[in-house]
Amino acid sequence: MAVASVVILAALTSAVLLGPFIWRVPINEIDFTARLSAPGWQHPFGTDDLGQDLLARMLYGGRISLAVGFAAMVVAIIAGTLIGAISGISRGSVDAVLMWITDLFLALPQLPLLLLVIYLFRDFLKNLVGPEGGVFILIVLVIGAFRWMPVARLVRAQFLSLREKEFVEAARALGATTPRLVVRHILPNSLGPVIVAGTIDVAAAIIAESTLSFLGLGFPPDIPTWGRLLFDAKDYLDIAPHWALFAGAAIFLTVLAINFIGDGLRDALDPRKVM
Amino acid sequence: MGKYTVRRLVIALPSLLGISLILFVLLALAPGDPFGELATNSNIPPEIREALRVKFGIDDPILIRYVRWLIAMLHGDWGFSFASRINVDQLILQRVPTTLFVVGSSQILALAIALPVGVYAAMRPYSIFDQIANTMAFIGFSLPTFFTGLLLILIFSVNLGWLPFVYRADIAATGWQWYWESFKQAIMPVAVLGLFQAASYTRYVRSAVLDVIRLDYVTTARSKGLNEAKVIIKHVVRNALIPVVTLVALQMPAVFGGAIVTEQIFRIPGIGSLLITAILANDTPVIMAVTFVFACLVVVFNLMADIIYGWLDPRISYR
Repeated sequence: MAVASVVILAALTSAVLLGPFIWRVPINEIDFTARLSAPGWQHPFGTDDLGQDLLARMLYGGRISLAVGFAAMVVAIIAGTLIGAISGISRGSVDAVLMWITDLFLALPQLPLLLLVIYLFRDFLKNLVGPEGGVFILIVLVIGAFRWMPVARLVRAQFLSLREKEFVEAARALGATTPRLVVRHILPNSLGPVIVAGTIDVAAAIIAESTLSFLGLGFPPDIPTWGRLLFDAKDYLDIAPHWALFAGAAIFLTVLAINFIGDGLRDALDPRKVM
Repeated sequence: MGKYTVRRLVIALPSLLGISLILFVLLALAPGDPFGELATNSNIPPEIREALRVKFGIDDPILIRYVRWLIAMLHGDWGFSFASRINVDQLILQRVPTTLFVVGSSQILALAIALPVGVYAAMRPYSIFDQIANTMAFIGFSLPTFFTGLLLILIFSVNLGWLPFVYRADIAATGWQWYWESFKQAIMPVAVLGLFQAASYTRYVRSAVLDVIRLDYVTTARSKGLNEAKVIIKHVVRNALIPVVTLVALQMPAVFGGAIVTEQIFRIPGIGSLLITAILANDTPVIMAVTFVFACLVVVFNLMADIIYGWLDPRISYR
């Protein structure tokens, strides 16, 4: 399953990366004569209410959806590893405070807060770096900021057990400083579960971005992410179901493939095999 | 047990304070003047604007503003909706029951599916039933709720015409007709939310039961001559439920997130759709209050999980 998923994900990724070079239809070419037409030779995925080609829009939107997913994963892993490492290596009050913050973040209602943050800061960032880049940075940072907690807990747990291992003690006896111990000896050994958590985070981030776009509060309307396509398509379900189906299927396939890969990685990295 | 419940209540308070602090700092850090909607209106002369600023204390230090805001919230003074022109607490009180009804019934549906399926799959690991259940679970939690919602609308409302796709709070019928109509319109939202949660719960239940089922005390129970049903229900499931309760509690933020999406798709008049409408209308007091209510609901559900915990495993409440 995991291997097949890697193939599917690779196919999807290369399609959105290379596709626009092969399928050279512009994403915003309006053609009212081909309004809401069903899939056919002219438009393999059909067209939307303005006659814009859906295949081109899907390919373009896929780039953004996947980029948001991976970037948010990187943010979550960096923040999580940093907090988990600090908390795992320092005992006492620093550890307690950091873990209290982690638990607090785990109890936060994420989607309402995501919406709140985007509502409050959208205009500010838009003025700072332009509409597209501003929303991208904001969404990536915010999704990352609400996904680091599991990583932090995993890293901390790994640190707590690795810290007492013989090889760490040996390195310390040789005179290694604490930063060197952490970076060279403990951290590389604690990354296994982090990779699994990171894989699943990509899927969660893609869903989060699509949810925001679907609620009409993600990227601006002229940038067709997969969630945005669904949002636009939902008013035409009765006459143009293909519009919603292709975008939804793309999100579903990507997320399913990533989840299967995460599961496969977990099985491969977990020495304690079930049964 | 009573003492334990009180202790959990006391522990829940700091997290509520923390959440309210995060909310308030976010609002204070935000650029612009979120409460300035009335003050920046060009029909209002500058003197009145100044007076309003002083009245709301916008230029005071942040900590003083936080304490004042908190006291106002505790007094039930939640502000005034810019868009609907009524008090925020009334607006929210009208909407909360609908959300709780949808979320509650979907959780019941999720557990009603996940418990039997997960336990049965764990009793026969790697059997055909287990593999089918596992694959279904994967598909289930990879399908985003907004997509399943649209799919269900497409199939049952557009193509078959069996179910209404707009949720109505004011059904013009009485007696059995009313119950039947309410039931019919609740099917799709509850199914969307419930099936999504059931998929992840099934996996939790399966792995929790797998951890327990091979322990020695289960073998002891069997060798005492208890029948299989009794062993599973009384001995295995009760202990397996402890981690499941934790995981279900950890899922609560995601559940309420899903509720926002479903409420938006099916136009359910709950607090989730209120939040979206308020955001689109720049109605800051409502946005703040709804976010805070969501946070409170999550804390309350976590508290309930803690109490269920103490009931499932009496050792926990004696510690």
